[in-house]
Amino acid sequence: MTETTIEADATVDARGAACPGPLMDLIGKIRTVDSGSVVCLLSDNEQSLTDVPEWAEEAGNDLLAVEESDEYHEFYVEKA
Amino acid sequence: MTEHVVIVGGGTGGTVLANDLADRLAAEIDSGDVRVTLVNDGPDHVYKPVWLYVPFGQREPSDGRRPLADLLDDRVELRVDRVTDIDTEAQRLHSMEGPDPIEYDYLVLATGSTLAPDEIPGLEEGGHDFYSESGAAALREELLSFTEGHLVLSVVGSPHMCPAAPLEFVFMADDWFRERGLREDVDITYTYPIQRVHGNPHIAEWAQPIMEDRDIAVETFFNAETVDPEAQTIATMEGSELEYDLLAAIPPHRGSELVVEAGLGERGWVEVDKHTLEAEAAEDVYALGDTADTGVPKAGSVAHYQAGVVARRLASEIRGRPATATYDGKTLCFVETGMDAASFVEFDYENPPSPAPPSQKLHWSKLAYNESYWLTARGLL
Repeated sequence: MTETTIEADATVDARGAACPGPLMDLIGKIRTVDSGSVVCLLSDNEQSLTDVPEWAEEAGNDLLAVEESDEYHEFYVEKA
Repeated sequence: MTEHVVIVGGGTGGTVLANDLADRLAAEIDSGDVRVTLVNDGPDHVYKPVWLYVPFGQREPSDGRRPLADLLDDRVELRVDRVTDIDTEAQRLHSMEGPDPIEYDYLVLATGSTLAPDEIPGLEEGGHDFYSESGAAALREELLSFTEGHLVLSVVGSPHMCPAAPLEFVFMADDWFRERGLREDVDITYTYPIQRVHGNPHIAEWAQPIMEDRDIAVETFFNAETVDPEAQTIATMEGSELEYDLLAAIPPHRGSELVVEAGLGERGWVEVDKHTLEAEAAEDVYALGDTADTGVPKAGSVAHYQAGVVARRLASEIRGRPATATYDGKTLCFVETGMDAASFVEFDYENPPSPAPPSQKLHWSKLAYNESYWLTARGLL
């Protein structure tokens, strides 16, 4: 896992979330933060590796970094 | 010394738990060693699944309401009062009516979900819902006289109660308009926040082809940001816009502010160990049902099964034995696929759902369970 220097304004810990899942948790948090804020999503769901980038692009948000490790991934998303 | 169990919330989880404890700890309660108090902010128990049928003129909101006093075992002390503050350090609650404070040895939070349509500008004025008694009744007024136009079902909030209900609503609406010969004049669109039609991929994979077969349009990656009640449009975070003639929305949900103020979890959902249901941030505090942030659906079956787990754990603790009961994520849902057919799913933390082929038998099973639910609330089924 590489170390990132990005500082998140909010963190969503969705590890273990089955239904509705980490992306829904991320969207819920993005709704509550201001434009320009960075949200860090922690997810151990492999599907997040495709779900999160796809949604970030669709919604026009920036996926700044994805930190991968054996146990979970960290997704840093900046709200447009 | 008397051990006092206080349950806050008289919905499915709180009521089933209170009755389970009354049965399980009958001897201890009768001897004065244990008290079980249920605090609810109103005199009635409300069974929310009835609301799905209200907009179609099939049930009345009053069908889902019964006095808690009629449902609770006499060994349970019912207190109709609103809790205003939780102090988990001192193990006491403050309430509106008093006498104050309510001291507890074990606290169970079953405060459930509330709707927060105000989080989406225009939603309250421009949309309807079937997630509240008043919402379902108001939607009925619109739907019964709706004979042409664009009906949009938009899942706005997540997590929300009963994740199957939005699918059920569009399947029922499709069938209901067909039966009445109006379907050609009514377009139906279903919108969902992520790239599939349901949070659970197995249920999404099952539902999507049914929607295609039945000409239910789907918009995914659709997260409503504002609703314009005048123009009758929904604008999304993703930059798209959708026109509607009748909007049935699943509004954003929140838990209780009490939970937030007590530092037990964000947005009113208590952070818990998803197996023991014990609060992460306080001792001798449990949460169940919608209130417990376990990642499983906010559904009545979940509250029912979790109540059994919490009852067994509390009985063990009160008797000085190690608490070994755990929740495995068990969830059951009947899913209406029309006005005369339903599917059924069962899953847990380890095993994904596999929806049963829709049948009339499952539809009648769902209606039969809705009638016999009151036995569940009493702790008998």
